[in-house]
Amino acid sequence: MIPLDQLTKGAQAEIESIETDQLPLKLIEMGCLPGNTISLIQKAPFNDPLYFKVDESHLAIRRETAKHIFVRLLE
Amino acid sequence: MSKSLNIALLGNPNTGKTSVFNRLTGLNQKVGNYPGITVEKKEGVCKLNRTTKAHIIDLPGTYSLNASSMDESVVIELLLNKNSKDFPDVAVVITDVENLKRNLLLFTQVKDLGIPTLLVINMSDQMKRKGIRLDIPLLEKQLDTHIALVSTRENTGIDHLKTLLLNYRQLSTQPTIALESIDPVYFESLKKAFPNQQLYKLWLVITQDVNFAKIDRNRVSDTTDFKTQSESVLKRMQQKETVKRYKFINTILKETLEIDRASATDFRSRLDRVLIHKFWGYIIFFVILMTVFQSIYDWSSIPQDFIDATFAQLSEAASTKLPQGLFTDLLAQGIIPGLGGIVIFIPQIAFLFFFISILEETGYMSRVVFLMDRGLRRFGLNGKSVIPLISGTACAIPAVMATRNIENWKERLITILVTPFTTCSARLPVYTILIALVIPQGSFLGLNYQGLMLMFLYLVGFAMALLSAWILSMTIKIQSKSYFVVEMPNYKFPLLKNVGITVWEKTRTFVTEAGKIILAISILLWVLASYGPGENFSEAEQIVQSNFTELEGEELTNKINSHKLEHSYIGLLGKSIEPVITPLGYDWKIGIALISSFAAREVFVGTLATIYSVESDAEETIKNRMASEVRADGTPLFNLASGISLMLFYAFAMQCMSTLAIVKKETNSWKWPTIQLFGMTFLAYLTAFTTYQILS
Repeated sequence: MIPLDQLTKGAQAEIESIETDQLPLKLIEMGCLPGNTISLIQKAPFNDPLYFKVDESHLAIRRETAKHIFVRLLE
Repeated sequence: MSKSLNIALLGNPNTGKTSVFNRLTGLNQKVGNYPGITVEKKEGVCKLNRTTKAHIIDLPGTYSLNASSMDESVVIELLLNKNSKDFPDVAVVITDVENLKRNLLLFTQVKDLGIPTLLVINMSDQMKRKGIRLDIPLLEKQLDTHIALVSTRENTGIDHLKTLLLNYRQLSTQPTIALESIDPVYFESLKKAFPNQQLYKLWLVITQDVNFAKIDRNRVSDTTDFKTQSESVLKRMQQKETVKRYKFINTILKETLEIDRASATDFRSRLDRVLIHKFWGYIIFFVILMTVFQSIYDWSSIPQDFIDATFAQLSEAASTKLPQGLFTDLLAQGIIPGLGGIVIFIPQIAFLFFFISILEETGYMSRVVFLMDRGLRRFGLNGKSVIPLISGTACAIPAVMATRNIENWKERLITILVTPFTTCSARLPVYTILIALVIPQGSFLGLNYQGLMLMFLYLVGFAMALLSAWILSMTIKIQSKSYFVVEMPNYKFPLLKNVGITVWEKTRTFVTEAGKIILAISILLWVLASYGPGENFSEAEQIVQSNFTELEGEELTNKINSHKLEHSYIGLLGKSIEPVITPLGYDWKIGIALISSFAAREVFVGTLATIYSVESDAEETIKNRMASEVRADGTPLFNLASGISLMLFYAFAMQCMSTLAIVKKETNSWKWPTIQLFGMTFLAYLTAFTTYQILS
């Protein structure tokens, strides 16, 4: 299990757990929930913010937020 | 008798909600503000059939009923307030085919409030191309509602939607999920304590973390049966609720939605690879920005010259054709030039919003936000500050309003405070005439000096915005969690109807809102310049005639006019500040223009025209008159030192009442506009002073 900000570009992962208190509800509502698949599409320069596809949503979040989401790599 | 019903449109941002609204209402819409806040309120009227009219509200885009911004809290406020005159008889949740799942989350929440709720699925024309198949009858049954499949692009399905709206009474109002199962003990005690209230409504009132909303949280307090919970416990429960809703939705979609991934194109990812590339992404953004600005100035100059000439003629015609008198003077010298000062900005503002709305409609703006966030964060700003900073080049008023979607209060506040530094279109007439006056013609490496100076002024504006943002971020002590969640929507071809309506609405708002103030100031200025205390004003004719016996005709009239102005109320004002502005290289006449500019910068040229008693407002004449203005020692008043000092003063000073008013509204206090007024003006004075002292 790794924090989301360490996910490499193109790899598929499944969200294992999230630190609720550190995340905005909006993120959860956009599909950032345990069990959903997530992949990194693009990093902005200096590796921040990060652009993910999670479930069916495409969204960008900052690295500091991504640290509070833990994922498991899928084959 | 015609009937009328209230309809509220809801949906995620970027799902074509506004397109549906535009299709239903056409130009039968008006944009206002919700009372007390500057969230745009879009309303319109639509005839459903011969006897029934619908009053439609296009609510701000929202992902859920858990508000995280001011826009979103408006939605909840309306849906929770049964007494509001806008309370909907029927709610319509609008989604596009691709984001069905996320919009269904909102749908289940709205339906759980007990409001009859319809579902509209937009962009149905794209379903085939994207390989999406939907079992509509089954979906209707599972969601316990009616569904309208529409395509706003091809204008299909709108009639079906109207029919469904007419029959809204057939819609069920049963909740979709059982809230109690999230935490049986808590919800049972809640029910017991407030037996007459709807459960989900209670829950929303308890959990809304919006201190700017007027929903009274205190209504729900401890009773013997019910204990309130801590914030983090509540948040966990909200999360459970969200998971529960998604489970419900996923079960339904498994049976009703089929996506053939193979036929989905990778248009999006190919475009993304270029547009947000680490290097090319910035180059493309820069090129787009340059093209936009170039087009704005190139395309605007033709209608602007025409407007300029037309108003000069009108003014001329009014003063010669109408009987002489006070009213004619007011019309010819106050009202007509004042109106001209408003109309002249219409081309630039219209073009700017044309481009901005295209960039937003296509989905490109979100990519810019993504690219710029890191860089701007260093200065205490946010990726989303890009939009206000760019809009600020047209006018700071809509730009300050565009900060609303920045969730973080500190970053939003800083964006509001520094946006007026960007070079707005009102500074342009000032720059244009001063550059023509003091910057020599000629070129360096093929770039002409005058053009370079204008570019320099734009850059200085942006640089000062960034610098002061950085200083503010170091000094303002506000703790607010920095959440940055930006949806990256699909690329879309912009709908011209939406672009057109945005341009129309924004331009109209500018003309009516800013226009009112500019017009009022022009009239006030005219009054101050037309009256004065003492004999020096009232006996001006005799005094000038006896002092300058050799003058006659037009020269004499001009001399009398400027003598009058010198001794009018505004002349006295200008003279009284002369000691303060002499070190900047200005005289009392420029002082008058400075004072009047504090209402709005663009009156600078008009004021100087009045002061120098030039009859026509045409630029060339004023310029020539300004060029011939001399100091006591015979050197020209407008030289390189005083010209640049004046331009820098205009670049930094807070000289716009309308912006101050909007900042007061957005920050809900006089503190910030006051800081802005004094801080920026002090900075302007300091810069102008230093510049003049060094250059002269």
